Amino acid sequence: MLVLGIESTAHTFGVGIVSDEPRILADARYSYVPKVGGIHPREAADNFITNAPRVISDALRSAGVSVGSVDAVAVALGPGLGPCLRVGATVARALAAYYGKPLVPVNHAVAHIEIGKMLTGAGDPLVVYISGGNTVIAALYGGRYRVFGETLDIALGNFMDTLVRELGIAPPYVVEGVHVLDRCAEGGKYVEMPYVVKGQDTSYSGLLTAALRAYRSGARLEDVCFSAREVAYSSLVEVAERGLSQLGKEEVLLVGGVAASRYLVEKFEAMARYRGVRLYVTPPKYAVDNGVMIAWTGLLLYKHGVTVEPERAYVRQRWRLDSVDIHW
Amino acid sequence: MTYTGRVLRVIYLGAEALVAEGEFLGYEAVFKLRLRKPYRAPELDREIIRRRTLAEARLLLTLRELGVKVPAVLYVDPVEGLIVMEKVRGRTILSSVGSLSRGELCSAMSRAGSELAKMHRSGIAHGDVTTANMVLTDSGDVYLVDLGLAKHAEDLEDLAVDVHLLIRVLESSHYSIKDEMFRCFLSGYREVLGEEMTKAVLEKVREIRLRGRYIEERRLEVRTKMFHR
Repeated sequence: MLVLGIESTAHTFGVGIVSDEPRILADARYSYVPKVGGIHPREAADNFITNAPRVISDALRSAGVSVGSVDAVAVALGPGLGPCLRVGATVARALAAYYGKPLVPVNHAVAHIEIGKMLTGAGDPLVVYISGGNTVIAALYGGRYRVFGETLDIALGNFMDTLVRELGIAPPYVVEGVHVLDRCAEGGKYVEMPYVVKGQDTSYSGLLTAALRAYRSGARLEDVCFSAREVAYSSLVEVAERGLSQLGKEEVLLVGGVAASRYLVEKFEAMARYRGVRLYVTPPKYAVDNGVMIAWTGLLLYKHGVTVEPERAYVRQRWRLDSVDIHW
Repeated sequence: MTYTGRVLRVIYLGAEALVAEGEFLGYEAVFKLRLRKPYRAPELDREIIRRRTLAEARLLLTLRELGVKVPAVLYVDPVEGLIVMEKVRGRTILSSVGSLSRGELCSAMSRAGSELAKMHRSGIAHGDVTTANMVLTDSGDVYLVDLGLAKHAEDLEDLAVDVHLLIRVLESSHYSIKDEMFRCFLSGYREVLGEEMTKAVLEKVREIRLRGRYIEERRLEVRTKMFHR
Protein backbone atom coordinates (compact mmCIF):
# COMPACT_ATOMS: atom_id res chain seq x y z
CA MET A 1 0.00 0.00 0.00
CA LEU A 2 1.26 3.46 -0.96
CA VAL A 3 0.09 6.71 0.58
CA LEU A 4 1.04 10.26 -0.38
CA GLY A 5 0.85 12.77 2.46
CA ILE A 6 0.78 16.55 2.40
CA GLU A 7 1.88 18.79 5.27
CA SER A 8 1.25 22.55 5.24
CA THR A 9 0.24 23.59 8.75
CA ALA A 10 2.85 26.30 9.38
CA HIS A 11 6.24 27.00 7.79
CA THR A 12 6.78 23.80 5.81
CA PHE A 13 5.04 22.52 2.70
CA GLY A 14 6.04 18.88 2.62
CA VAL A 15 5.08 15.88 0.54
CA GLY A 16 5.95 12.38 1.67
CA ILE A 17 5.25 8.99 0.15
CA VAL A 18 5.34 5.86 2.31
CA SER A 19 4.52 2.20 1.95
CA ASP A 20 3.24 -0.08 4.71
CA GLU A 21 6.42 -2.16 5.11
CA PRO A 22 7.06 0.57 6.46
CA ARG A 23 9.31 2.36 3.99
CA ILE A 24 9.83 6.03 3.21
CA LEU A 25 9.88 6.42 -0.58
CA ALA A 26 9.89 10.19 -0.80
CA ASP A 27 10.37 13.20 1.42
CA ALA A 28 10.20 16.52 -0.42
CA ARG A 29 9.95 19.84 1.40
CA TYR A 30 9.79 23.54 0.95
CA SER A 31 10.39 25.66 4.05
CA TYR A 32 9.34 29.26 4.37
CA VAL A 33 11.91 31.26 6.33
CA PRO A 34 10.78 34.77 7.28
CA LYS A 35 13.37 37.50 6.70
CA VAL A 36 12.18 39.47 9.71
CA GLY A 37 9.80 38.63 12.55
CA GLY A 38 7.85 35.39 12.81
CA ILE A 39 5.74 33.48 10.30
CA HIS A 40 3.42 35.73 8.33
CA PRO A 41 0.59 33.31 7.50
CA ARG A 42 -0.41 34.86 4.19
CA GLU A 43 3.17 35.23 3.01
CA ALA A 44 3.88 31.63 3.95
CA ALA A 45 0.75 30.50 2.09
CA ASP A 46 1.72 32.51 -1.03
CA ASN A 47 5.11 30.83 -1.02
CA PHE A 48 3.47 27.43 -0.57
CA ILE A 49 1.31 28.04 -3.65
CA THR A 50 4.36 28.95 -5.73
CA ASN A 51 6.37 25.95 -4.56
CA ALA A 52 3.72 23.24 -4.21
CA PRO A 53 3.85 21.89 -7.80
CA ARG A 54 7.63 21.50 -7.65
CA VAL A 55 7.54 19.77 -4.24
CA ILE A 56 4.88 17.32 -5.44
CA SER A 57 6.82 16.47 -8.62
CA ASP A 58 10.05 16.08 -6.62
CA ALA A 59 8.34 13.62 -4.30
CA LEU A 60 6.82 11.59 -7.13
CA ARG A 61 10.08 11.54 -9.05
CA SER A 62 12.21 10.40 -6.11
CA ALA A 63 9.70 7.66 -5.28
CA GLY A 64 9.45 6.71 -8.95
CA VAL A 65 5.66 6.58 -8.85
CA SER A 66 2.77 8.53 -10.32
CA VAL A 67 -0.26 9.86 -8.45
CA GLY A 68 -2.28 7.21 -10.27
CA SER A 69 -0.41 4.43 -8.47
CA VAL A 70 -0.84 5.64 -4.87
CA ASP A 71 -3.68 4.11 -2.84
CA ALA A 72 -4.69 7.25 -0.97
CA VAL A 73 -3.90 10.92 -0.52
CA ALA A 74 -3.52 12.11 3.07
CA VAL A 75 -3.48 15.70 4.22
CA ALA A 76 -2.95 17.55 7.51
CA LEU A 77 -6.21 19.45 7.99
CA GLY A 78 -5.14 20.95 11.34
CA PRO A 79 -4.23 22.28 13.78
CA GLY A 80 -2.30 25.13 12.25
CA LEU A 81 -2.42 28.47 10.47
CA GLY A 82 -5.53 28.90 8.31
CA PRO A 83 -4.00 30.28 5.12
CA CYS A 84 -1.24 27.64 5.18
CA LEU A 85 -3.63 24.77 5.89
CA ARG A 86 -5.87 25.82 3.01
CA VAL A 87 -3.04 25.43 0.48
CA GLY A 88 -2.39 21.82 1.48
CA ALA A 89 -6.10 21.05 1.69
CA THR A 90 -6.79 22.52 -1.74
CA VAL A 91 -3.93 20.60 -3.35
CA ALA A 92 -4.98 17.35 -1.65
CA ARG A 93 -8.66 17.73 -2.55
CA ALA A 94 -7.71 18.42 -6.17
CA LEU A 95 -5.39 15.39 -6.38
CA ALA A 96 -7.97 13.11 -4.73
CA ALA A 97 -10.83 14.32 -6.91
CA TYR A 98 -8.92 14.35 -10.20
CA TYR A 99 -7.30 10.93 -9.76
CA GLY A 100 -10.28 9.41 -7.94
CA LYS A 101 -8.22 8.58 -4.82
CA PRO A 102 -9.57 8.31 -1.29
CA LEU A 103 -8.75 11.40 0.80
CA VAL A 104 -7.55 10.83 4.38
CA PRO A 105 -7.80 13.62 7.00
CA VAL A 106 -4.78 13.68 9.33
CA ASN A 107 -4.32 15.56 12.59
CA HIS A 108 -0.85 17.14 12.55
CA ALA A 109 -0.22 16.42 16.25
CA VAL A 110 -1.16 12.74 15.91
CA ALA A 111 1.20 12.56 12.92
CA HIS A 112 4.14 13.89 14.97
CA ILE A 113 3.51 11.14 17.52
CA GLU A 114 2.99 8.31 15.03
CA ILE A 115 6.12 9.02 13.02
CA GLY A 116 8.06 9.20 16.30
CA LYS A 117 6.71 5.83 17.40
CA MET A 118 7.38 4.22 14.04
CA LEU A 119 10.97 5.47 13.75
CA THR A 120 12.02 4.86 17.36
CA GLY A 121 10.09 1.69 18.08
CA ALA A 122 8.54 3.14 21.25
CA GLY A 123 5.61 0.97 22.37
CA ASP A 124 3.42 2.73 24.91
CA PRO A 125 5.23 5.95 25.79
CA LEU A 126 4.42 9.12 27.62
CA VAL A 127 4.59 11.55 24.71
CA VAL A 128 6.22 14.95 25.06
CA TYR A 129 5.22 16.98 22.01
CA ILE A 130 7.18 20.21 21.80
CA SER A 131 7.26 22.60 18.88
CA GLY A 132 6.64 26.20 17.93
CA GLY A 133 2.92 25.79 18.43
CA ASN A 134 2.65 22.97 20.97
CA THR A 135 3.80 21.90 24.40
CA VAL A 136 1.82 18.83 25.31
CA ILE A 137 2.30 15.81 27.58
CA ALA A 138 0.04 13.04 26.33
CA ALA A 139 -0.45 9.29 26.43
CA LEU A 140 -2.70 6.83 24.64
CA TYR A 141 -5.60 5.77 26.86
CA GLY A 142 -8.96 4.38 25.84
CA GLY A 143 -8.49 5.05 22.14
CA ARG A 144 -7.29 8.62 22.31
CA TYR A 145 -4.13 10.56 23.07
CA ARG A 146 -5.23 12.07 26.36
CA VAL A 147 -3.58 15.32 27.35
CA PHE A 148 -2.06 15.08 30.83
CA GLY A 149 -0.38 18.43 30.76
CA GLU A 150 0.23 21.31 28.45
CA THR A 151 1.25 24.91 28.39
CA LEU A 152 -1.30 27.29 29.82
CA ASP A 153 -0.23 30.03 27.44
CA ILE A 154 2.52 30.03 24.80
CA ALA A 155 4.32 26.96 23.46
CA LEU A 156 7.95 26.21 24.34
CA GLY A 157 9.18 26.81 20.77
CA ASN A 158 7.20 30.03 20.57
CA PHE A 159 8.78 31.13 23.86
CA MET A 160 12.29 30.39 22.58
CA ASP A 161 11.75 32.15 19.25
CA THR A 162 10.10 35.22 20.75
CA LEU A 163 12.78 35.56 23.41
CA VAL A 164 15.72 35.55 21.00
CA ARG A 165 13.86 37.82 18.59
CA GLU A 166 13.12 40.35 21.33
CA LEU A 167 16.73 40.08 22.52
CA GLY A 168 17.71 41.16 19.02
CA ILE A 169 19.66 38.05 18.04
CA ALA A 170 17.17 36.40 15.64
CA PRO A 171 15.95 35.57 12.99
CA PRO A 172 17.29 33.19 11.86
CA TYR A 173 16.16 31.17 14.88
CA VAL A 174 18.07 28.00 14.15
CA VAL A 175 21.65 28.09 12.90
CA GLU A 176 23.25 24.81 11.77
CA GLY A 177 20.60 22.84 13.57
CA VAL A 178 21.11 24.61 16.90
CA HIS A 179 18.58 27.08 18.27
CA VAL A 180 19.94 30.58 18.85
CA LEU A 181 18.81 30.36 22.50
CA ASP A 182 21.06 27.32 23.02
CA ARG A 183 23.91 29.22 21.40
CA CYS A 184 23.62 32.40 23.44
CA ALA A 185 23.23 30.41 26.69
CA GLU A 186 26.82 29.19 26.44
CA GLY A 187 28.91 30.40 29.36
CA GLY A 188 25.89 31.91 31.10
CA LYS A 189 25.29 31.84 34.84
CA TYR A 190 22.02 31.36 36.63
CA VAL A 191 20.09 34.48 37.67
CA GLU A 192 16.70 34.08 39.31
CA MET A 193 13.68 33.65 37.03
CA PRO A 194 10.08 32.66 37.81
CA TYR A 195 9.77 28.87 37.70
CA VAL A 196 6.16 27.96 37.00
CA VAL A 197 4.65 24.49 37.27
CA LYS A 198 0.93 24.22 37.86
CA GLY A 199 0.13 20.58 38.48
CA GLN A 200 1.05 18.98 35.16
CA ASP A 201 0.91 22.24 33.26
CA THR A 202 3.64 24.68 32.40
CA SER A 203 3.53 28.37 31.53
CA TYR A 204 6.10 30.42 29.66
CA SER A 205 4.61 33.87 29.17
CA GLY A 206 5.64 35.15 32.61
CA LEU A 207 9.14 33.76 32.12
CA LEU A 208 9.39 35.56 28.78
CA THR A 209 8.46 38.88 30.36
CA ALA A 210 10.84 38.35 33.30
CA ALA A 211 13.75 37.39 31.04
CA LEU A 212 13.30 40.45 28.83
CA ARG A 213 12.95 42.68 31.87
CA ALA A 214 16.17 41.26 33.36
CA TYR A 215 18.02 41.94 30.09
CA ARG A 216 16.67 45.49 29.83
CA SER A 217 17.73 46.24 33.37
CA GLY A 218 21.31 45.25 32.66
CA ALA A 219 21.71 41.49 33.08
CA ARG A 220 24.27 39.90 30.74
CA LEU A 221 22.84 38.35 27.56
CA GLU A 222 24.37 34.92 28.18
CA ASP A 223 23.01 34.87 31.75
CA VAL A 224 19.51 35.76 30.56
CA CYS A 225 19.62 33.09 27.83
CA PHE A 226 21.04 30.47 30.17
CA SER A 227 18.59 31.13 33.00
CA ALA A 228 15.49 31.42 30.82
CA ARG A 229 16.41 28.21 29.03
CA GLU A 230 17.26 26.43 32.26
CA VAL A 231 13.90 27.30 33.79
CA ALA A 232 11.89 26.59 30.63
CA TYR A 233 13.51 23.21 29.98
CA SER A 234 13.56 22.15 33.64
CA SER A 235 9.89 22.88 34.17
CA LEU A 236 9.04 20.84 31.07
CA VAL A 237 11.14 17.88 32.23
CA GLU A 238 9.53 18.19 35.65
CA VAL A 239 5.97 17.98 34.29
CA ALA A 240 7.01 15.04 32.12
CA GLU A 241 8.43 13.34 35.20
CA ARG A 242 5.20 14.01 37.05
CA GLY A 243 3.28 12.47 34.16
CA LEU A 244 5.48 9.36 34.26
CA SER A 245 4.98 9.05 37.97
CA GLN A 246 1.22 9.48 37.77
CA LEU A 247 0.73 7.09 34.86
CA GLY A 248 3.40 4.54 35.73
CA LYS A 249 4.76 4.61 32.16
CA GLU A 250 8.20 3.22 31.40
CA GLU A 251 8.93 5.04 28.17
CA VAL A 252 9.17 8.69 27.16
CA LEU A 253 9.00 9.77 23.53
CA LEU A 254 10.04 13.25 22.40
CA VAL A 255 8.36 14.52 19.25
CA GLY A 256 8.09 17.89 17.52
CA GLY A 257 10.64 20.43 16.34
CA VAL A 258 12.05 21.37 19.76
CA ALA A 259 12.98 17.69 20.30
CA ALA A 260 15.97 18.53 18.08
CA SER A 261 17.50 20.60 20.91
CA ARG A 262 20.55 18.65 22.06
CA TYR A 263 20.56 20.38 25.42
CA LEU A 264 16.91 19.57 26.11
CA VAL A 265 17.52 15.94 25.14
CA GLU A 266 20.40 15.83 27.65
CA LYS A 267 18.04 16.95 30.39
CA PHE A 268 15.55 14.27 29.43
CA GLU A 269 18.37 11.70 29.35
CA ALA A 270 19.34 12.67 32.89
CA MET A 271 15.72 12.34 34.03
CA ALA A 272 15.26 9.00 32.25
CA ARG A 273 18.43 7.53 33.82
CA TYR A 274 17.41 8.75 37.23
CA ARG A 275 13.88 7.35 36.98
CA GLY A 276 14.93 4.18 35.18
CA VAL A 277 12.73 4.72 32.13
CA ARG A 278 13.62 4.46 28.44
CA LEU A 279 13.92 7.64 26.40
CA TYR A 280 13.10 7.72 22.69
CA VAL A 281 13.89 10.78 20.63
CA THR A 282 12.48 11.29 17.14
CA PRO A 283 15.39 11.87 14.72
CA PRO A 284 15.63 15.67 14.11
CA LYS A 285 14.94 15.27 10.39
CA TYR A 286 11.49 13.84 11.14
CA ALA A 287 10.86 15.67 14.42
CA VAL A 288 10.27 18.88 12.48
CA ASP A 289 7.23 19.27 10.21
CA ASN A 290 7.34 17.01 7.14
CA GLY A 291 5.10 15.22 4.66
CA VAL A 292 6.31 11.75 5.60
CA MET A 293 4.60 11.84 8.99
CA ILE A 294 1.32 12.83 7.35
CA ALA A 295 1.66 10.03 4.79
CA TRP A 296 2.49 7.46 7.50
CA THR A 297 -0.41 8.48 9.75
CA GLY A 298 -2.66 8.67 6.68
CA LEU A 299 -1.69 5.09 5.92
CA LEU A 300 -2.62 3.95 9.44
CA LEU A 301 -5.94 5.81 9.24
CA TYR A 302 -6.70 4.53 5.73
CA LYS A 303 -6.12 0.95 6.86
CA HIS A 304 -8.77 1.57 9.50
CA GLY A 305 -11.23 2.97 7.02
CA VAL A 306 -10.91 6.67 7.85
CA THR A 307 -11.50 8.85 4.78
CA VAL A 308 -13.32 12.08 4.03
CA GLU A 309 -15.22 13.31 0.97
CA PRO A 310 -13.18 16.09 -0.71
CA GLU A 311 -16.11 18.52 -0.47
CA ARG A 312 -16.24 17.94 3.28
CA ALA A 313 -12.51 18.15 3.92
CA TYR A 314 -12.51 21.44 5.80
CA VAL A 315 -9.40 22.74 7.51
CA ARG A 316 -9.54 22.84 11.31
CA GLN A 317 -7.18 25.41 12.77
CA ARG A 318 -7.92 24.34 16.35
CA TRP A 319 -8.22 20.58 15.93
CA ARG A 320 -7.20 19.25 19.34
CA LEU A 321 -5.05 16.14 19.70
CA ASP A 322 -7.40 14.60 22.27
CA SER A 323 -10.43 14.78 20.00
CA VAL A 324 -9.05 12.25 17.47
CA ASP A 325 -10.01 8.56 17.73
CA ILE A 326 -6.98 6.28 17.51
CA HIS A 327 -7.97 2.90 16.09
CA TRP A 328 -4.64 1.10 16.37
CA MET B 1 20.06 15.52 62.16
CA THR B 2 19.10 15.40 65.79
CA TYR B 3 15.51 14.22 65.87
CA THR B 4 14.41 10.78 66.96
CA GLY B 5 12.81 8.97 64.10
CA ARG B 6 12.94 5.83 62.08
CA VAL B 7 12.12 5.24 58.44
CA LEU B 8 10.62 1.81 58.01
CA ARG B 9 9.41 1.60 54.46
CA VAL B 10 9.60 3.66 51.27
CA ILE B 11 6.05 3.86 50.03
CA TYR B 12 6.31 6.03 47.01
CA LEU B 13 8.91 7.52 44.73
CA GLY B 14 7.05 10.46 43.26
CA ALA B 15 8.16 12.89 40.64
CA GLU B 16 9.25 15.34 43.25
CA ALA B 17 9.93 13.51 46.45
CA LEU B 18 10.56 10.22 48.10
CA VAL B 19 7.80 9.37 50.52
CA ALA B 20 8.47 6.89 53.30
CA GLU B 21 6.59 5.63 56.32
CA GLY B 22 8.11 5.27 59.72
CA GLU B 23 8.00 6.49 63.22
CA PHE B 24 8.82 9.90 64.65
CA LEU B 25 8.90 10.62 68.39
CA GLY B 26 6.54 7.73 68.86
CA TYR B 27 4.05 8.84 66.19
CA GLU B 28 3.31 6.91 63.04
CA ALA B 29 4.73 9.29 60.48
CA VAL B 30 5.26 10.00 56.81
CA PHE B 31 8.66 11.31 55.71
CA LYS B 32 8.68 13.42 52.59
CA LEU B 33 12.14 14.08 51.22
CA ARG B 34 12.47 16.29 48.16
CA LEU B 35 15.04 14.89 45.79
CA ARG B 36 17.74 16.72 43.90
CA LYS B 37 17.12 16.61 40.20
CA PRO B 38 20.06 15.80 37.93
CA TYR B 39 18.41 17.74 35.10
CA ARG B 40 18.22 21.07 36.93
CA ALA B 41 21.10 23.50 37.40
CA PRO B 42 22.24 23.04 41.05
CA GLU B 43 21.51 26.66 42.07
CA LEU B 44 18.02 26.46 40.65
CA ASP B 45 17.49 23.03 42.18
CA ARG B 46 18.53 24.09 45.71
CA GLU B 47 16.31 27.16 45.54
CA ILE B 48 13.27 25.20 44.32
CA ILE B 49 13.71 22.55 47.02
CA ARG B 50 14.15 25.07 49.82
CA ARG B 51 11.28 27.26 48.69
CA ARG B 52 8.80 24.44 48.13
CA THR B 53 9.62 22.67 51.40
CA LEU B 54 9.14 25.83 53.44
CA ALA B 55 5.97 26.81 51.61
CA GLU B 56 4.48 23.36 52.02
CA ALA B 57 5.19 23.20 55.76
CA ARG B 58 3.85 26.69 56.41
CA LEU B 59 0.68 26.09 54.46
CA LEU B 60 0.07 22.73 56.14
CA LEU B 61 0.21 24.51 59.50
CA THR B 62 -2.10 27.30 58.38
CA LEU B 63 -4.60 24.86 56.96
CA ARG B 64 -4.63 22.74 60.13
CA GLU B 65 -5.46 25.85 62.10
CA LEU B 66 -8.29 26.59 59.70
CA GLY B 67 -9.74 23.11 60.17
CA VAL B 68 -8.98 21.77 56.70
CA LYS B 69 -8.23 18.04 56.62
CA VAL B 70 -4.52 17.93 55.86
CA PRO B 71 -1.75 15.99 57.65
CA ALA B 72 -0.19 17.59 60.77
CA VAL B 73 3.45 18.66 60.49
CA LEU B 74 5.91 17.09 62.96
CA TYR B 75 9.28 18.31 61.71
CA VAL B 76 10.77 20.46 58.91
CA ASP B 77 14.26 20.83 57.45
CA PRO B 78 14.11 23.16 54.42
CA VAL B 79 17.77 22.80 53.46
CA GLU B 80 17.56 19.01 53.33
CA GLY B 81 14.08 19.29 51.82
CA LEU B 82 12.54 17.13 54.54
CA ILE B 83 9.07 17.31 56.07
CA VAL B 84 7.90 14.76 58.63
CA MET B 85 4.13 14.63 59.00
CA GLU B 86 1.34 12.67 60.54
CA LYS B 87 0.35 9.51 58.67
CA VAL B 88 -3.20 9.60 57.28
CA ARG B 89 -4.62 6.08 57.17
CA GLY B 90 -6.60 5.41 54.03
CA ARG B 91 -6.45 4.93 50.28
CA THR B 92 -6.28 7.47 47.47
CA ILE B 93 -9.44 8.06 45.47
CA LEU B 94 -7.43 7.17 42.35
CA SER B 95 -6.64 3.71 43.67
CA SER B 96 -10.08 3.04 45.13
CA VAL B 97 -12.27 4.17 42.21
CA GLY B 98 -12.74 0.58 41.04
CA SER B 99 -13.72 -0.77 44.44
CA LEU B 100 -16.16 1.97 45.48
CA SER B 101 -19.88 1.96 44.69
CA ARG B 102 -21.19 4.92 42.70
CA GLY B 103 -22.67 6.38 45.86
CA GLU B 104 -19.45 5.97 47.84
CA LEU B 105 -17.38 7.51 45.05
CA CYS B 106 -19.80 10.42 44.78
CA SER B 107 -19.68 11.06 48.48
CA ALA B 108 -15.85 10.90 48.48
CA MET B 109 -15.64 13.38 45.61
CA SER B 110 -18.10 15.65 47.36
CA ARG B 111 -16.00 15.54 50.56
CA ALA B 112 -12.92 16.35 48.49
CA GLY B 113 -14.86 19.27 47.03
CA SER B 114 -15.72 20.56 50.50
CA GLU B 115 -12.10 20.35 51.69
CA LEU B 116 -10.81 22.16 48.61
CA ALA B 117 -13.50 24.80 49.07
CA LYS B 118 -12.38 25.31 52.68
CA MET B 119 -8.86 25.92 51.38
CA HIS B 120 -10.11 28.26 48.72
CA ARG B 121 -12.27 30.12 51.23
CA SER B 122 -9.05 30.84 53.12
CA GLY B 123 -7.33 32.05 49.96
CA ILE B 124 -5.04 29.05 49.55
CA ALA B 125 -4.64 27.14 46.29
CA HIS B 126 -3.60 23.47 46.40
CA GLY B 127 -1.67 23.60 43.15
CA ASP B 128 -1.79 19.89 42.32
CA VAL B 129 -5.37 18.69 42.62
CA THR B 130 -5.46 15.09 41.42
CA THR B 131 -7.37 12.02 42.58
CA ALA B 132 -4.01 10.62 43.69
CA ASN B 133 -3.74 13.46 46.18
CA MET B 134 -7.12 12.80 47.79
CA VAL B 135 -6.96 10.24 50.60
CA LEU B 136 -10.17 8.55 51.67
CA THR B 137 -10.02 7.35 55.26
CA ASP B 138 -11.94 4.41 56.76
CA SER B 139 -14.29 6.85 58.47
CA GLY B 140 -15.22 8.37 55.11
CA ASP B 141 -13.24 11.61 55.52
CA VAL B 142 -11.18 12.91 52.64
CA TYR B 143 -7.75 14.42 53.29
CA LEU B 144 -6.00 16.55 50.70
CA VAL B 145 -2.34 15.60 50.65
CA ASP B 146 0.80 16.67 48.80
CA LEU B 147 0.74 20.42 49.14
CA GLY B 148 4.09 20.65 47.41
CA LEU B 149 2.79 23.19 44.90
CA ALA B 150 0.31 24.95 47.20
CA LYS B 151 0.39 28.71 47.62
CA HIS B 152 -1.49 31.73 48.85
CA ALA B 153 -3.70 32.63 45.93
CA GLU B 154 -2.92 35.97 44.39
CA ASP B 155 -6.22 36.11 42.59
CA LEU B 156 -9.23 34.10 41.53
CA GLU B 157 -7.16 32.54 38.77
CA ASP B 158 -5.01 30.53 41.19
CA LEU B 159 -8.15 28.97 42.68
CA ALA B 160 -9.62 28.33 39.25
CA VAL B 161 -6.39 26.58 38.16
CA ASP B 162 -7.06 24.02 40.92
CA VAL B 163 -10.46 23.23 39.45
CA HIS B 164 -8.99 23.21 35.95
CA LEU B 165 -6.33 20.70 37.06
CA LEU B 166 -9.00 18.43 38.52
CA ILE B 167 -11.00 18.55 35.29
CA ARG B 168 -7.81 17.71 33.39
CA VAL B 169 -7.20 14.65 35.57
CA LEU B 170 -10.81 13.51 35.29
CA GLU B 171 -10.66 13.86 31.51
CA SER B 172 -7.46 11.86 31.24
CA SER B 173 -7.51 9.29 34.06
CA HIS B 174 -11.27 8.91 34.66
CA TYR B 175 -12.70 9.81 31.25
CA SER B 176 -15.59 7.33 31.39
CA ILE B 177 -17.07 8.75 34.61
CA LYS B 178 -15.63 12.24 34.56
CA ASP B 179 -18.94 14.12 34.40
CA GLU B 180 -20.43 12.35 37.37
CA MET B 181 -17.24 12.69 39.43
CA PHE B 182 -17.07 16.38 38.68
CA ARG B 183 -20.74 16.91 39.52
CA CYS B 184 -20.23 15.23 42.92
CA PHE B 185 -17.07 17.24 43.55
CA LEU B 186 -18.90 20.43 42.70
CA SER B 187 -21.80 19.73 45.04
CA GLY B 188 -19.41 19.59 48.02
CA TYR B 189 -17.43 22.54 46.73
CA ARG B 190 -20.49 24.70 46.25
CA GLU B 191 -21.90 23.81 49.65
CA VAL B 192 -18.90 25.32 51.41
CA LEU B 193 -17.97 28.15 49.09
CA GLY B 194 -21.47 29.31 48.22
CA GLU B 195 -23.23 29.76 44.91
CA GLU B 196 -21.84 33.15 43.97
CA MET B 197 -18.16 32.39 44.60
CA THR B 198 -18.45 28.99 42.93
CA LYS B 199 -19.93 30.63 39.85
CA ALA B 200 -17.08 33.13 39.76
CA VAL B 201 -14.50 30.32 40.00
CA LEU B 202 -16.18 28.28 37.27
CA GLU B 203 -16.37 31.30 34.99
CA LYS B 204 -12.62 31.77 35.48
CA VAL B 205 -12.03 28.07 34.75
CA ARG B 206 -13.82 28.56 31.46
CA GLU B 207 -11.61 31.52 30.71
CA ILE B 208 -8.44 29.52 31.45
CA ARG B 209 -9.58 26.69 29.22
CA LEU B 210 -10.38 29.08 26.40
CA ARG B 211 -6.88 30.49 26.68
CA GLY B 212 -5.41 27.02 26.03
CA ARG B 213 -4.18 25.80 22.68
CA TYR B 214 -6.55 24.90 19.88
CA ILE B 215 -9.89 25.52 21.49
CA GLU B 216 -12.73 25.40 18.98
CA GLU B 217 -15.05 27.56 21.12
CA ARG B 218 -12.56 30.40 21.28
CA ARG B 219 -13.08 31.42 17.71
CA LEU B 220 -16.76 31.94 18.34
CA GLU B 221 -16.01 33.77 21.57
CA VAL B 222 -13.69 36.27 19.91
CA ARG B 223 -16.18 36.93 17.14
CA THR B 224 -19.00 37.55 19.58
CA LYS B 225 -16.85 39.98 21.54
CA MET B 226 -15.94 41.93 18.45
CA PHE B 227 -19.57 42.09 17.54
CA HIS B 228 -20.60 43.61 20.83
CA ARG B 229 -17.89 46.20 20.87
